Amino acid sequence: MDLSGKTLFVANRGEIAVRIVRAARALGLRTVQACSDADTDMLAVRLADASANVGPPQAAKSYLDIARVVAAARDAGADAVHPGYGFLAENPRFAEAVEAAGMVFVGPRAETIATMGDKVAARAAAKAAGVPITPGSEGRLEGLEAARAVAAEIGYPLMIKAAAGGGGRGIRVVENAEALEKQIPQAEAEARAAFGDGGVYIERLVERARHVEVQILGDGTRAIHAFERECSLQRRRQKVWEEAPAACLTEAERAEICAASVRLAERVNYRGAGTLEYLFDDERREFYFLEMNTRIQVEHPVSEAITGIDLVAEMIRVAFGASLSLRQEDVTRTGHAIEVRINAEDPAKNFMPFPGVCGAMTVPENVRFDTMLYEGYAIPPFYDSLLGKLIVHGADRPAALAALRTAIAAMTLEGLKTTLPLHAALADDPAVIADTVHTRFLEDWLANNPLGA
Amino acid sequence: MAKEIRSPLPGTFYRRPSPDEPVFVEDGAAVEAGAVIGLVEVMKSFHEVTAEESGTNVRFKVENEDPVTAGATLAEMD
Repeated sequence: MDLSGKTLFVANRGEIAVRIVRAARALGLRTVQACSDADTDMLAVRLADASANVGPPQAAKSYLDIARVVAAARDAGADAVHPGYGFLAENPRFAEAVEAAGMVFVGPRAETIATMGDKVAARAAAKAAGVPITPGSEGRLEGLEAARAVAAEIGYPLMIKAAAGGGGRGIRVVENAEALEKQIPQAEAEARAAFGDGGVYIERLVERARHVEVQILGDGTRAIHAFERECSLQRRRQKVWEEAPAACLTEAERAEICAASVRLAERVNYRGAGTLEYLFDDERREFYFLEMNTRIQVEHPVSEAITGIDLVAEMIRVAFGASLSLRQEDVTRTGHAIEVRINAEDPAKNFMPFPGVCGAMTVPENVRFDTMLYEGYAIPPFYDSLLGKLIVHGADRPAALAALRTAIAAMTLEGLKTTLPLHAALADDPAVIADTVHTRFLEDWLANNPLGA
Repeated sequence: MAKEIRSPLPGTFYRRPSPDEPVFVEDGAAVEAGAVIGLVEVMKSFHEVTAEESGTNVRFKVENEDPVTAGATLAEMD
């Protein structure tokens, strides 16, 4: 499919906007970069063919304003809109508005986003496709009586989750029956206030699990997987370090979870790049479906590193109606990749945000650095603290860890406080080297290893 | 001379703890040293802004949800 001469509007900012502009250019598209008043000098604006103002610094008044973003894209003569991740990427009303304005939305159809964004509907779809789910309620709980019955069956501790929640928000842990009585009505009220939907459901709490997720790509008919990632090192339920493949899996387990993920993607006629997230209990050797992200993810480069697929280019092509350029048997896996997120935060001061000015910058050769930084760039204080991602690849996991240590040592970002010292310490940690971590590992580790103290 | 309360960080200034709650300090009110007069949101985290000295007749110089730079005057008082 020839896309040259088509115009892509990039409705995001930061490092992912840079990534999208570059992928689009490689496909021959013209790019128009959205920017708020605080982002007029960002790297993606400098790289794109043109830029379009979408409003004041606060995201709610610019990048999150559907009417404004759609109008800016239409006025720029865009044929398509790429939402990146975060902001409006998983908002079905945005996808609908883009298509209603006569443009292509680079992602799944609005109804797919809506179905997978509703945790209960997503769980039902997963179950129907034969994807393993956590023991819990069949759907939204209708009152306390139903909650008591399910809790008696699955046991404590358990989690109450908001049907409309996500990204770790809207979750409560319940230790016993007495707490359940109190927490169900509170959780419903909180869900109504936070998400505009009071629906809640309950699930067994898996206490020491690993976070494994499968990257999929679909063209609306056919789907393939690009293997899995592991993202168990998390802080405040936010991922900080990602690897591919998940070294904790056997080949049989890997094949099973990847095949199940493709089944679900095909069942919902998935179009674009997406991720199925799972908890993996490595003692019971069981997977539990958590949620599906209907967008490109921050950590997609580790999957690209081991498979050689350009996921962003592929999602743009299929959005314009092309079939997937690959068959499953074309997707192969080489070596091991690690991505660390570099945030403008001071790990020695409880991760205090540091919106400084980037001074001299040295980036080692032979590694991938997806970033929004350039020398002299003043980081705006209004958005996420992610500055960039360092991605290393090696023949196996020890080689990738060695490459990471070398890369971090060779990297300088003067004038900034960043999370690089955290990653340097983790790369030397015996538990990380032995790969015996779980999703609560990093918070415990930080409590015992105060950085810079 | 009027005393000033300045923002310790760049970001977005909020006069209320949350959209549905009353302001921390009404215009024209008096504050004690150490009292919280607002919040600055920087990179999705919230930091309290406190008055360093006591004062009377607080006059806000920025609106709720305005972007502010580090060191910007948020309010004056007598």
